[in-house]
Amino acid sequence: MADVTVRFPSGIPGVSLGEVERTIPAEEPPPLPTNDKLAVIGKPTPRIDGRQKVTGAARYTADVRLPGMLFARAVRSPHPHAKITAIDTSAAERIAGVRAVHVLDHVYDMAKVRDASKELPSKYPIVRYIGQPIAAVAATSQTIADEAARAVKVTYEALPFVVDMDAARAPNAPLVFPAAADEEETAGGGGSDASDIQKGNVRGPVRRTKGDVAKGFAEADVIVEARYRTQVQTHCALETHGVVAHYAPDGLTVYASTQSTSSVRDELAAVFGLAKSKVRVVTEYMGGGFGAKFGAGHAGVLATHLSKKAGAPVRLMLDRREEHLAAGNRPSSVQELKIGAKKDGTLTALQLVAYGTAGTGTGAGVSGPARNLYPCPNHLIDESDVFMNAGSGAAFRAPGHPQGAFALEQSLDELAEKLRIDPLALRDKIDVDEPGATQLNATARRAERRIGAELIGWSRRRPPGSDPGPIKRGIGVAQGVWYRFVDRDSACEVRIHKDGSVELFSAVQDIGGGIRTVLAQVVAEELGLAARDVTVRIGDTAYPIGTSSGGSRTTGSMTPAARGAAYQAKRQMFDAVAAALGVRADDLDAKAGKVFPKADPSRALTFRAAAAKLATDQVAARASRLRDYGGFAGPTGGSGIGGSGGVQFAEVHVDTETGIVKVDRVVAVHDCGRPMNRFGLENQINGGILQGISYALYENRQLDRNTGHMVNANLEQYKIAGAREVPQIDVRIIEEYRGRSSTDAGGIGEPATVPTAAAVANAVYNATGVRIRELPMTPPRVLAALAARGSQKDGGVR
Amino acid sequence: MSDAKDDDVPDISTARLARRHFLFGTGAAAAAAATEVGCEVGPPRGPLAGGGQVFGPGKVSVSIAVNGQAKRVDVEPRTTLAEALRGELALTGTKVVCDRGACSACTVWLDGVPVNSCSMFALDAAGRRVTTIEGLARGDGLHPVQQAFIDHDAMQCGFCTPGMIMSCAALLARNASPSLDDVKAATSGNLCRCGTYPKVFEATLAAAGAPATKGRT
Repeated sequence: MADVTVRFPSGIPGVSLGEVERTIPAEEPPPLPTNDKLAVIGKPTPRIDGRQKVTGAARYTADVRLPGMLFARAVRSPHPHAKITAIDTSAAERIAGVRAVHVLDHVYDMAKVRDASKELPSKYPIVRYIGQPIAAVAATSQTIADEAARAVKVTYEALPFVVDMDAARAPNAPLVFPAAADEEETAGGGGSDASDIQKGNVRGPVRRTKGDVAKGFAEADVIVEARYRTQVQTHCALETHGVVAHYAPDGLTVYASTQSTSSVRDELAAVFGLAKSKVRVVTEYMGGGFGAKFGAGHAGVLATHLSKKAGAPVRLMLDRREEHLAAGNRPSSVQELKIGAKKDGTLTALQLVAYGTAGTGTGAGVSGPARNLYPCPNHLIDESDVFMNAGSGAAFRAPGHPQGAFALEQSLDELAEKLRIDPLALRDKIDVDEPGATQLNATARRAERRIGAELIGWSRRRPPGSDPGPIKRGIGVAQGVWYRFVDRDSACEVRIHKDGSVELFSAVQDIGGGIRTVLAQVVAEELGLAARDVTVRIGDTAYPIGTSSGGSRTTGSMTPAARGAAYQAKRQMFDAVAAALGVRADDLDAKAGKVFPKADPSRALTFRAAAAKLATDQVAARASRLRDYGGFAGPTGGSGIGGSGGVQFAEVHVDTETGIVKVDRVVAVHDCGRPMNRFGLENQINGGILQGISYALYENRQLDRNTGHMVNANLEQYKIAGAREVPQIDVRIIEEYRGRSSTDAGGIGEPATVPTAAAVANAVYNATGVRIRELPMTPPRVLAALAARGSQKDGGVR
Repeated sequence: MSDAKDDDVPDISTARLARRHFLFGTGAAAAAAATEVGCEVGPPRGPLAGGGQVFGPGKVSVSIAVNGQAKRVDVEPRTTLAEALRGELALTGTKVVCDRGACSACTVWLDGVPVNSCSMFALDAAGRRVTTIEGLARGDGLHPVQQAFIDHDAMQCGFCTPGMIMSCAALLARNASPSLDDVKAATSGNLCRCGTYPKVFEATLAAAGAPATKGRT
C-alpha cells in the first residue's frame, strides 16, 4: 500500500501544542488525538490482572510446580579467587533422592579473558568471586538438594584476591584476570569493546572528547571541581533469579523469572544447540528485575543441564544470599568532575574522569548525564572499569545515570551558588536542545521545572543552613535524562472472536510496569471497548516476538504493535459488518461498546452483535513495530526522537546532632510521550523515587576486605527504604507529543530514578550548608562532613 | 520426598486444642486486639512448648486449620510453615523472599495475628487457625483491602502484595479507622522493592473508609 501523509499532535498541552506531519504506510492506524479526547488511553486504569495478584492466584516462576519436578541448589565458591584442582561429586550422588549433578565447564555472567590463550591453565573455570557457581545438584526435595550441594567436595588452590576498588587500581594489586577481559552486551546494555586498553585491573580509560576543554576552561569565569563517590547497590528483586526447566525429547520448556523471554530462549537455544522453535520460555508473572534479569544466566543453564540429565523438570531458584552475591549490582563510581562557566551561566567546558567497579564484569560508565543533559561546547570524558573479586554488575535501572546525576547536579548547584544565580534559573539558561540533536527534551524539562517549583514552594527556599536549631530543613532540585529506546522488532496478534471476545498475544513479559494492562487499553481504545474486555496473553515465546523489558522501552515498542494489530483486526470485522449494514467498511466506527455507521450512529450494533456477523469463527491480525514514523529509531531500533526527562524536588530535614537525614517530600514532574496509564506511571515514578532515596541514604554492599565476603547479604543488614522512610510524594506527568509512532508512548521506569539521589543531596546542602559527595549519606558521613565544615573549601560559598 | 509410610508418621497431638480454642475461639479480632504490634511471633505455644517429646528427623503429621479447612500435612520437623503451605498445600500465594523474617512477604495470620510464616515451624501451627492470602476472600467477594488494592493499583510486580495485604487487613481488623502512621507501622516490616508504598497506604486508608489522603504525613 502507498504511504499517506497525516498530521499528529505535537508539543505539550498547556505549553505549546501544534501538529507535525508524518508520512506513514497507509495500513497504519490513523493518528490518535491528545489524551483528553480518548476514552481509555491515559486514564487511570486498574490492572486487568489485579485480582490474580491480590488473591495469590498469580503464578510466578517461584510458584511453578510440575509433576515429577526436582529441586536444585548450586554449589558456590567460598573463595574470592581460586583455582579448582578437583571436584568430587560422589558423596553427593550417593545421597538418597539426588537425581543429577552438573559441573559447569563455562562461566556465565562474567567477563572473559579476551585472548583465551592468556587465561590461567585450569581444568575448571577459575573462581573469581565468592558465590561464583561451580556446579549444581537436583534432588527430590529442596532440603536434599541443599544437603547434596554441601556434599560436593571442591578442592581449591586459593589465589591472591582484591575486593577494595582503590586497592585493585594499584599497580601491584592481585590480578582478577591475567590479561585484558571483556563481557558481552546483554539486552540490558553493557558490553565492552575489545579494543579497550587494560592495565592491571583497570580497563580503559575510554576517552570521549568534544571541542577543546583547555580552551573552554581558560574562557571560564567560574570553575567548580569536586570528587564524588557512589557505592555498589544490589537489585534485591523480591523474586530471586531462577527457572523451572523441563528438557524433554520434543523440546525445552523453561519458566523463567526474566525481563526477556526472547533472550532467555535465544541463549538456551545457543548453549544447548536447539532450534529456537524447540525452546519455549514462559514468564506469566515476574517478581521484579530492575535490570538484572535478562539472559538465561547460570541458573538457566544449570537447571537445563540438570533437567536433561535427570529427565525431569528442575526448579533452580537462587536464595537471598546468592541473589546479593551473584545476580548483578549497580557498579560503584568515583567521579572527578570539573565544570567551567561564564558569569551568565553559559557552560564553557566539562571534564569528567571517572572509574568504578562492576566486580568481574559489566561496564561502570557514568557519563550519560554529563554528555546528554546540558550541551557544552567542550568536554573531555575519561571512564575506566576496575575489576575486583566480587560478583559482576548488571544493568540497574538507568545504568550509570543516578551516579552521573549525583555528581553533575550537585556541581551545577554549586556553580549556581558561585554565580549567584538561582539553580532553576541556571538550568533555564543552559538546559537547551542542541541543534540537530535527537535527544530533544529541554522544552519538557522547562515546563517540569515550572510546575515542580510551584508545587514544592521553591520561593520559600532559604539560603543554605538557615535553620538556627539542630534540625535543619532544606529544598533541592535535580534533573534527569534518559533516552527513547525502542525495539522495532516487537509484535502483537489480536483476535476478535465471533462471540465478541478479544484476545491479544505477545511474548513480551510484564515485570510489574503494567504492560499487560496498557496493551489491553490500546486494544480497547481501538475497538471501542473497556480494558477489562480484552484478554491479554503475554510472557510466552510461543506468541509473536516481544521486546525485552529494559531501557524503558517496553511501552514505546509494544503499544504501536498492539494498536496496529487491533486496527487491522477491526477492519476485518468492519468488512463483515459493512456488508450486513449495507455501508462501506471505511464508514464504520467503534466506540463505547458499539459499532456504527459514522453518518448514522442510531444504526449501531453492540460490539458483540457486530462480531457475530463474522463469516469465520475469528479474525486475527498481527502487526509489528517495524514501521517507524519519521525514521527516528534507525533500522533496528535504538534511540528515537526525544528523550525522557524529569525534574525532581526534594525537601529534607537533617538532624545535625545524629546525622540522620529524612526526606519529607518529593515532587516529581516527568514526561514519557503520551501517558498511557496514570496508575502504572505514578507507581513506577514512586518506585524510582523510593529506590533513589534508598540509594541516597541507606543501601550499600559491604565487602570484608580481609576475606572477600559480603557481610550484609540479606535484607535486614542490607538496608532498603521501607514504609517508614516513604515521604509525601507528589507526581505530575506531562503529556508530550511528537508523532513518533501510532501511540507516541514511552516508558518511565528508568527516568524516574535518575535525579532522586542528586535532589536529596542538594536538599541536604540547602539544609546544612555542607555538601555530602559520597553515597550513601549515612549518619557518620553526615556528621563527619558537618565536623569538617570549617575545612571544606568548596562548601558554604554564598 | 521420603518413602515413609503413613503409619510411620507420628501424629502431633492436638491435646491442647481445647484450651487454645478457648483462648482464641472468639475470632480474629479478639486475638488481634491482644496486641498493637503489627507482626508477632509470640511465645512458643505449639505442641513442643511443654517439652519432653522429641520429634524428627523423620516426618511428622500435623493438623492445621488452613483457611477454614482442616488440613493434615506430613513434614519434617524442620519444615517452616511457609514451606508447608507452599510445598505441601500448594498455597503459593504466600511468598518466601528473605526466608529469615526480614521482609514479611510470607505474612499469614495465625489465629488472626499476622506472623512471618518463614520463621516458624509448621509443627508450631498444629491445631491452630492459619489464614493465607487465598483464604481472605469470601468466595467471589474480595476482602475490602484486596478490592482497594485493585482500585488504587497498590501493586506493581505483585510479589510483596499477598504479604502486604495480610498486614493491612490485619490492621483493619484491630483498628477500623487507622491513621497514615498506623498503616506505615503495620507495613513497616513489609518490603516492597518496586516502591508501591504510597498506593498501599492510599488503598488501606480507603478500605477503612478514610479519605484518600495520598500518603500525606
